[in-house]
Amino acid sequence: MAPDPGDLAIIGAGPAGMSAALEAAGLGLSVTVIDEQPAPGGQVFRAVEAAAADPALTGEYAKEGAALARRFRAMPGLDYRPSTTLWHTDLETGTLSLRGPDGGATLRAQRILLATGAQERPVPIPGWTLPGVMSAGAAQILLKQAGAVPKGRTVLAGQGPLLWLLAVQLFRAGAPPALLLETSARGALGGAMRAGGLWNGRAMLAKGGLMMLEARRAGMKVVRGTRGLRAEGDGALRGVSWEGGSTECATLLLHEGVIPSTHIARAMGLDHHWDAAQLCWRPALDEWGASSHDRVAVAGDGGGIGGWQAAAQTGALAALDTAHRLGRIGAAERDRRAAGHRHLLASALALRPFLDRLYAPAPDVLAPRDDTTVVCRCEEITAGQVRQAARLGATGPNQAKAYLRAGMGPCQGRMCGTTVAALIAETRGLSMEEAGALRPRAPYKPITVGELAEL
Amino acid sequence: MFAQRPEIRPATVEVLVAGQPVRVPEGATAAAAVLLAGLPAIRDTPVTGSPRLPYCMMGICFDCLAEIDGVANRQSCTVAVHPGMRIEPQRGARLAFREENAAHGA
Repeated sequence: MAPDPGDLAIIGAGPAGMSAALEAAGLGLSVTVIDEQPAPGGQVFRAVEAAAADPALTGEYAKEGAALARRFRAMPGLDYRPSTTLWHTDLETGTLSLRGPDGGATLRAQRILLATGAQERPVPIPGWTLPGVMSAGAAQILLKQAGAVPKGRTVLAGQGPLLWLLAVQLFRAGAPPALLLETSARGALGGAMRAGGLWNGRAMLAKGGLMMLEARRAGMKVVRGTRGLRAEGDGALRGVSWEGGSTECATLLLHEGVIPSTHIARAMGLDHHWDAAQLCWRPALDEWGASSHDRVAVAGDGGGIGGWQAAAQTGALAALDTAHRLGRIGAAERDRRAAGHRHLLASALALRPFLDRLYAPAPDVLAPRDDTTVVCRCEEITAGQVRQAARLGATGPNQAKAYLRAGMGPCQGRMCGTTVAALIAETRGLSMEEAGALRPRAPYKPITVGELAEL
Repeated sequence: MFAQRPEIRPATVEVLVAGQPVRVPEGATAAAAVLLAGLPAIRDTPVTGSPRLPYCMMGICFDCLAEIDGVANRQSCTVAVHPGMRIEPQRGARLAFREENAAHGA
């Protein structure tokens, strides 16, 4: 065990983690930042140091993203550990077990900040395991990290701002998608407008509008109100079909928004609740991001989806609260420094209720209707098998895991956990809260026996 | 299948994907190298042997498992390429004991 605990260990070097590190180090705290990726940026600013000059990736990525990564790199005294995975935490002693490029290591910290960000909501449709089907975020990451674009006819399916952004980026990169199969419900816009926030979120709204215009001008066709999506092919993707249509394609990119990455937070046993607006689990947090455990805070999209601007502010707020808890600044000083961040946070979140309503996933995204749909990609368990297990008595995803092995593969239920819970809730007439969330256990990511033996 | 844009990101790192040399940009991951090499699958599933390629590229789905530099079941979307890296598809589950492992004492 490392003898002297540091002040703050941050898990994740995206906007929340980087902002928290800058704020905490600026207040004189000793800060370690652990990140799975080889370079800072998180998912939204992935590989920003290498790719900011790519003409396909202009805008916030090239400007604000690159600037944040520069400030992070330039901050003296930061213990930044890229390509490093956290696989276990002892919350009693604040001991983190890590696996990095040079093998295993442990680290102690007085306070732990989870800035683990978001993952894309799984989109379980028939055929989604076929090679050639990916998430839209995956294609964007390939563009950012390797400058790569899909070859051949590309179809986007689903909904949300990321699909439009990706369409524009692929167009600028010389590989415009042919078609967007948009799954937004007809009439969703009217309901979303009533959620308000349009005036305060007008800058973001305008940006979204321009993006949609550019994608349409680039020749991308849009089918609205798409239902019954299926990826077609045998051993490889051949095309995509939906109620009333089908088309050939080489690549199908799915997206139904993003959800908090709560895997580590749930494994730590932090209290979570089901967010009925965003249709996902999120950790219970106070206004500083403090969780139900007094050593752990959560910032950024991992605490609830707000986008990168909000993440940067919640990261800073969690850092200020850490400094206060460790006795470095008084409550008045913390609150004074927080005021500006709270103002920016409110502005970053203004449009969120509108976006949540507009892009609420259809019920069959959470619980696929077609019983042949694979929901657990690792163990290849179908929706029909989960429904049957629910009828036989499985009351939640933790029981279904024992019945079926769903959630027992290497991803530990990151992909299927919510789908399995939704299928059980539907079959047994339960709420999502009643069905519950998977309770993952360490190691958070698979490690070898050899790595365990090194400790 | 994915295509490179060498005018934007020069392909400077040579790796071996299923034994074939492929040049990819610095900072690309092993998973990206497999997609750029045009392999039909990066792994076969242990349960039914069905072919998979990377799905999420962000460390969530584990569909990008591959054998990298002789180590099985690596999450290839989190591993940056280095010159000479050997990337092989993951066939089914990792074998705890096999002859070449025994020979290397692994």
